[in-house]
Amino acid sequence: MSSVTQKKGFGAHVWDYLTTVDHKKIAIMYLAAGTLFFAIAGFEALLMRIQLMFPESTFISAGLFNELLTMHGTTMLFLAATPIIFAFMNAIVPLQIGARDVAFPFLNSLGFWLFFIGAVFLHLSFFLGGAPDAGWTSYASLSLYSPGHGIDFYILGLQISGAGTLISGINFIVTIITMRAPGMTFMRMPLFTWTTLVSSSLILFAFPPLTGGLFLMLVDRMFGANFFDHTMGGNTIIWEHLFWIFGHPEVYILVLPAFGLFSEIIPVFARKRLFGYSSMVFATILIGFLGFMVWAHHMFTVGLGATANAIFAVATMAIAVPTGMKVFNWILTIWGGSIKVTVPMLYALGFIPSFVAGGVTGVMQATAPLDYQLHDSYFIVAHFHYVIVGGIVTALFGSAHFYWPIMFNRALNPKLGVLTFWIFFIGFHLTFFVQHFLGLMGMPRRVFTYMGGQGWDLFNFISSIGAIMMGIGVIILVIDVLLSIKSEPVNRRDYWGDGRSLEWAIETPLPFYNFKQTPLVRGFDPYWIEKEEGNKEGMVYAEPLGEIHMPNNSILPFIMSIGTMIAAFGALYSPWGDQVQAGTATGAPAVVSLALIIGGLGLTIACMIIRSFKDDLGFHVTVAEIESIEADLANYRATGKKGGNK
Amino acid sequence: MGHETHVEVRTQAQYEYDKAHSRAHMRKQVVNFAIMIFLTFIAFAAVLADFSPTFIIPIILLLAGIQVVLQLYAFMHLEDRSTHMVGVIEFFIWSAAFIAFTFFVAFTTIIWWGNY
Ligand code: HEM
Ligand SMILES: [Cu+2]
Repeated sequence: MSSVTQKKGFGAHVWDYLTTVDHKKIAIMYLAAGTLFFAIAGFEALLMRIQLMFPESTFISAGLFNELLTMHGTTMLFLAATPIIFAFMNAIVPLQIGARDVAFPFLNSLGFWLFFIGAVFLHLSFFLGGAPDAGWTSYASLSLYSPGHGIDFYILGLQISGAGTLISGINFIVTIITMRAPGMTFMRMPLFTWTTLVSSSLILFAFPPLTGGLFLMLVDRMFGANFFDHTMGGNTIIWEHLFWIFGHPEVYILVLPAFGLFSEIIPVFARKRLFGYSSMVFATILIGFLGFMVWAHHMFTVGLGATANAIFAVATMAIAVPTGMKVFNWILTIWGGSIKVTVPMLYALGFIPSFVAGGVTGVMQATAPLDYQLHDSYFIVAHFHYVIVGGIVTALFGSAHFYWPIMFNRALNPKLGVLTFWIFFIGFHLTFFVQHFLGLMGMPRRVFTYMGGQGWDLFNFISSIGAIMMGIGVIILVIDVLLSIKSEPVNRRDYWGDGRSLEWAIETPLPFYNFKQTPLVRGFDPYWIEKEEGNKEGMVYAEPLGEIHMPNNSILPFIMSIGTMIAAFGALYSPWGDQVQAGTATGAPAVVSLALIIGGLGLTIACMIIRSFKDDLGFHVTVAEIESIEADLANYRATGKKGGNK
Repeated sequence: MGHETHVEVRTQAQYEYDKAHSRAHMRKQVVNFAIMIFLTFIAFAAVLADFSPTFIIPIILLLAGIQVVLQLYAFMHLEDRSTHMVGVIEFFIWSAAFIAFTFFVAFTTIIWWGNY
C-alpha cells in the first residue's frame, strides 16, 4: 500500500476517482458534480429572469423558456441540492459515528455513478433535439403530448439517477444503524446523523413511487401503453398522485439534512449544547412521518372533493408544529450563548427568519380555499424558494465554509465568505419577496412573458436585479473556492476551536482509514467531553492499534452505470414510441433499439454477476503500515512536504 | 476487524439439540406454507363462487393483508427475536406498511371510487 501522500500522475488520479470507494473521495465527487449542475441550473434561472425583466420581452422564445424552466427545477432539486447534501453526508456522517467507511462502499460508488450518468444523460437532451418542457412535475396531461424526445430524456435520466439516490439512501440507513462506534447510542448521535438517517428512510419510501410512476410514463410514451391516457381508459390524475407521493417527501429529504447541518453549526458557534436534543430527534421523525400524509396539498385544485381537501389541509398544517419546535430549539440554543458570528453562523442566522417566512406561506397555502387563489401563481414560486433557498441553499453554503477544513484541509476565506453571504442574501430576498405580491396581483407562474401596465413591471424588474445579485454572490463563492486551493493547509483538528462532535476530533489531512483506532463515545457531544476533561489526544479509543480492514477499489460501478445509459438510448429511440409514430421524433429501427436495451442492461447485469461471484474481501493495512502512514502525515503537517520515497 | 472462519466442533448433545430445533422449525414452515396455500385457495374460491364484487374485493384484500404479515414473520424471519437490530427492522417494515396503507386508502377513495 502506498501512502496517501505519494505523488501520482494525472491519469492515475482520474483512475483513482473512477474506481474509488472511499467515502471522502465520493463526497468530493458529489460536491463537484452538484456544484456543476447548480451552476448550470443557476444560469438557466438567470436567463429566465432576464427574459422576465421587462414586459413582452423577446430575449428567449416561449418554447425555450419552457425547456429552461423544466431543466432548472429538475436540475436544482435532483442534480444539485440532492448531490451536494450527499456530499456532506458522505464526508461527515462516517466520521461523526466513528466508522471507517459506509456499510457498502461499492454501492456508494455505484450510487454516485448512476446519479452522475443519469444527470449527464438528461443534459444531453439539449444537444439531441430539445430538452424536456413540461415542468419538473411533468404532469401526464402535458408530457404525453410533448413532441420530440425531451420528456423521454426526463423519464430515463431521472430513472437512472433516481436508482442511484435510492441506493445511496439505503447505504446510509445501514451505515448509521450498524456502524456506530462503541458508546454511540441512538440518543447520542449528532443531529446531522439523525437527519441523514430519517432523510434516507424517506428516500427509501418515497423513491419507489416515483420509479413506478416514471416506469408507467416510460411505457406510455415509448412503448405504446396508456396508463395515463384518458382517451384509452387511463387516468392522468394517477401520475399526479404518484409524483406528489414522492414529491412532497422529496422536499423533506432535502430540508431535513439542512436542518441537521444547522443543528451542528449553531451549537458550535453559540458555544452551548444544542437546546432540546431529544425533542429535535422526535420532531425530525415526526416530520418524516407526516411528510407522507400531505402530498395532495399540491392538488387542491384538481377536484378531489371537499373532504379530501380538508383532510390534507389539516395534515399539512400539523407539520408546522414539529417544524416550529425545531425553530424554537435553535433560537434557544443561541439564546444566552457566547456567540461567534463566523461565516457558517451568519448563514444560520440568515436561515432562521427566511425559513420561517417560507413556512408561514406554506401554512397559508395549506388552507385549501385560499390555495384556490394562490395555486399556480407567483406566490407559490415565492413560497418554495423561501424554503429551498432560505432553508437548503443557505445550509449548503454555510456548511461548505464549516466543513471545508475537514474535506479539503483548507479553509475558505472568511472575508469573501461574508461578502458572498450579504450579496447572496440580499439578492435572494429582493428576488423572491416581491414575488409574493406578484402572485397576489394575479401573475401566473410558468409564463414566459406578460403584458406591461398591469402593475407587475416594477416588481419583475426588482426580482431580476435580485437574481443577478445572487449570481454575483455565487461567482464570488466559486472564486473563494478556487483561491482556497492555493491557500495554506490547515493541518489540525478542531478548526473552529469549538467543535463538539467526533468529526472535529480527527486531525486533517485524514488518512484513508479515518480514525486509526475506533474511538470510544462517552456521551452526547463526545469530543466536547474529552476536551472538557483535558484530553489532548482527541479521543480515547475503544481498541488497541490493530490491523485495519478496508475495501478494494472497483471500476464496475462506473461500467454498470454506462450500461444503463446505453439501454436508456435504446428505449429513447424506440420505434414504438408515441411521438416517433406521430412523426414528431426520430426513432431507430427495432433491432437497433432492442440491441441497445438488451446490450446495455446485459452489460450492467454482467457486472453484477462478476461482482457477486468474484470474492472481493478487501485488504488489510498492517500495524507497521499504519504507523508509517501516520508518521508521513505528521511529517507533512510539520514541514508541509509530501512524504518522500517511502 | 479481521475475517476469521470459525470451524466449530459440536458435541453429541449439541447435535441432538440442533436437530430437534431444526425439526421444530421445519414443522412450523410447513404449517405456515399450508395456511398460505389455504388463504390463497379461499380467495380463488370466492371469485369462482361468483359472489358480488362488493364482497369479494374486501375479502381478497383482507386475505392479502394477512398473508403479508404471515410471510414477514414466517418466511422473512421477523419472528426471530435474536436477529441483530430486529426492532429497528420491524419499525421500518411497519412504517412502510402504514405509509403504503394511506396511499391505498387515498387511491381507493379519491381516485377509483365511483370511477368504474
Ligand atoms: C412548513 C412546511 C411547508 C408547508 C406547510 C408547505 C406547503 C405547501 C403547499 C400547500 C404547496 C402547494 C401550493 C400549490 O401548488 O398550490 C407547496 C408547494 C411547494 N412546496 Fe411547500 N410546504 C412546506 C415546506 C416546503 C419545503 C421544506 C420545501 C422544499 C424544501 C417545499 C417545496 C415546495 C415546492 C417545490 C412547491 C411547489 C410545487 C409545484 O407546484 O411545482 N415546501 N408547499
Ligand atoms: Cu408538499
